[in-house]
Amino acid sequence: MKKMSPSEAPWADGTKLFIIDTGEWRYQRPTTKKDKCCRCGNCYLFCPVGCIEWRSNYVAANLEYCKGCGVCASVCPVNAIRMVREDGSSTEP
Amino acid sequence: MEAQLNPKERLKVLDGNRAAAYGVMLCKPNVVCVYPITPQTQILESLYEFRARGLLDAEMIEPESEHSSMSTLRGASAAGARTFTATAAQGLMFMYESCINVATMRLPVVMVIVCREITAPHGVTAGEQDAMMARDMGWIQMHVESCQEILDSIIMAYKLAESPDILIPAAVCYDGYFLSHLWERVFIPSSDVVAEFLPSLEMTHLVDPGVPMTICPYLPPGGGTEYRYKHSAALERAKGKLETIDKEFERVFGRGYGGQIEEYRCKDAEIVLVTMGSCTGTARVVIDQKRDAGVKVGLIKVRMFRPFPSERLARALAGKRAIGVIDRNMCFGCNQGTLSVDLKAAMYESKTFTPVVNFIGGLCGADITMDHIDRAVDRITMVAEGHSSDGVIWFDLE
Repeated sequence: MKKMSPSEAPWADGTKLFIIDTGEWRYQRPTTKKDKCCRCGNCYLFCPVGCIEWRSNYVAANLEYCKGCGVCASVCPVNAIRMVREDGSSTEP
Repeated sequence: MEAQLNPKERLKVLDGNRAAAYGVMLCKPNVVCVYPITPQTQILESLYEFRARGLLDAEMIEPESEHSSMSTLRGASAAGARTFTATAAQGLMFMYESCINVATMRLPVVMVIVCREITAPHGVTAGEQDAMMARDMGWIQMHVESCQEILDSIIMAYKLAESPDILIPAAVCYDGYFLSHLWERVFIPSSDVVAEFLPSLEMTHLVDPGVPMTICPYLPPGGGTEYRYKHSAALERAKGKLETIDKEFERVFGRGYGGQIEEYRCKDAEIVLVTMGSCTGTARVVIDQKRDAGVKVGLIKVRMFRPFPSERLARALAGKRAIGVIDRNMCFGCNQGTLSVDLKAAMYESKTFTPVVNFIGGLCGADITMDHIDRAVDRITMVAEGHSSDGVIWFDLE
């Protein structure tokens, strides 16, 4: 029997964060072209789950939490972010 | 059934509601939160009287509705309090959301449901439709026959609900008016003996600022399946637990009720009548008369309705020639009573086929009389002899 909780009921230790990897919900992911990224921070400001992280010379989503909504791609002024289907198929129409 | 007066017990004449209030007082709840509704209100009145007389040291909270009373107890129980409420009919239906929440949070609240018919037609009459419809809330439900059993079952309900391996809220249900307003002699155990039988509540999970807990957190899809499984498994454990508690109760107080079901003159019976609630007392008398007349009929009282005593029923009823079931409710859409539906499902376990006749009676305040039950036994006999019969008989429409 597969079990994940030591509790009989939905109770959890309040001293620890109860974290759910919402990245599992995603059907598409943002991919950043590092050399195109102008580090304007638009995606960082608009990301509804706040999962955009600053890397050395570009910004990118933390894929453990990114739900793949595509807002970052649509607000990027230099088209550095492209949404790619998790199953590898194209998002182009 | 003849009980002896234990030297440590007092004998009083009480109606069902007052017997319930005595039972609650003896269990020493920390928080009581009841919204008045007919035919339950005397419980609330008696508990306030006990508190005024210094017999009950409980926080009494006056809620603005049944939804609030159960919600209040949810918080109190999560904080480790022993809690009590009572309701009926429309009040129970208004309480549903909180009731299911309390059960799935595994909080051992104890409630009395004084069974009352639901509208329409309008009225405040007897009937078990309210409790039957609440069968899938994840609660333990016990249905009782006498005022003494009300008092005793409340004590057992607390012990069962609060068992560390159970932690499920429990409802003690009895027929409105037929028991709630029936005056009978009731033995009242001494509070010392009850305290020994039912130690104070030790919750393993408490709302305690010193030890922060996340209670009822959001879970992703599928994350709750495990808790449904654990809840269902705990309900299964509650069956055997009630048997143990019933035996211990009998040892301490001298009164036992058979655990999940009570079998009356069943051993050598060829046909069996299955009942629940107050009409069981009437049925006992008829069964005795029929036995005197040479009819090999037995009686089973379903005492624990949730979890359903499938295994014990299947064992007790295997090999019988025909079964009759009296239902004081309708399982709409199945064209029979709820007990009948559940009993037929339980009989699958017996791997035998036994014809079942369902009798619908006592709806909307109607009485279930000795004459009804007498004719019911005649019909079960007829079916056992191979004659055909309608599967559902409506007592008042025959």
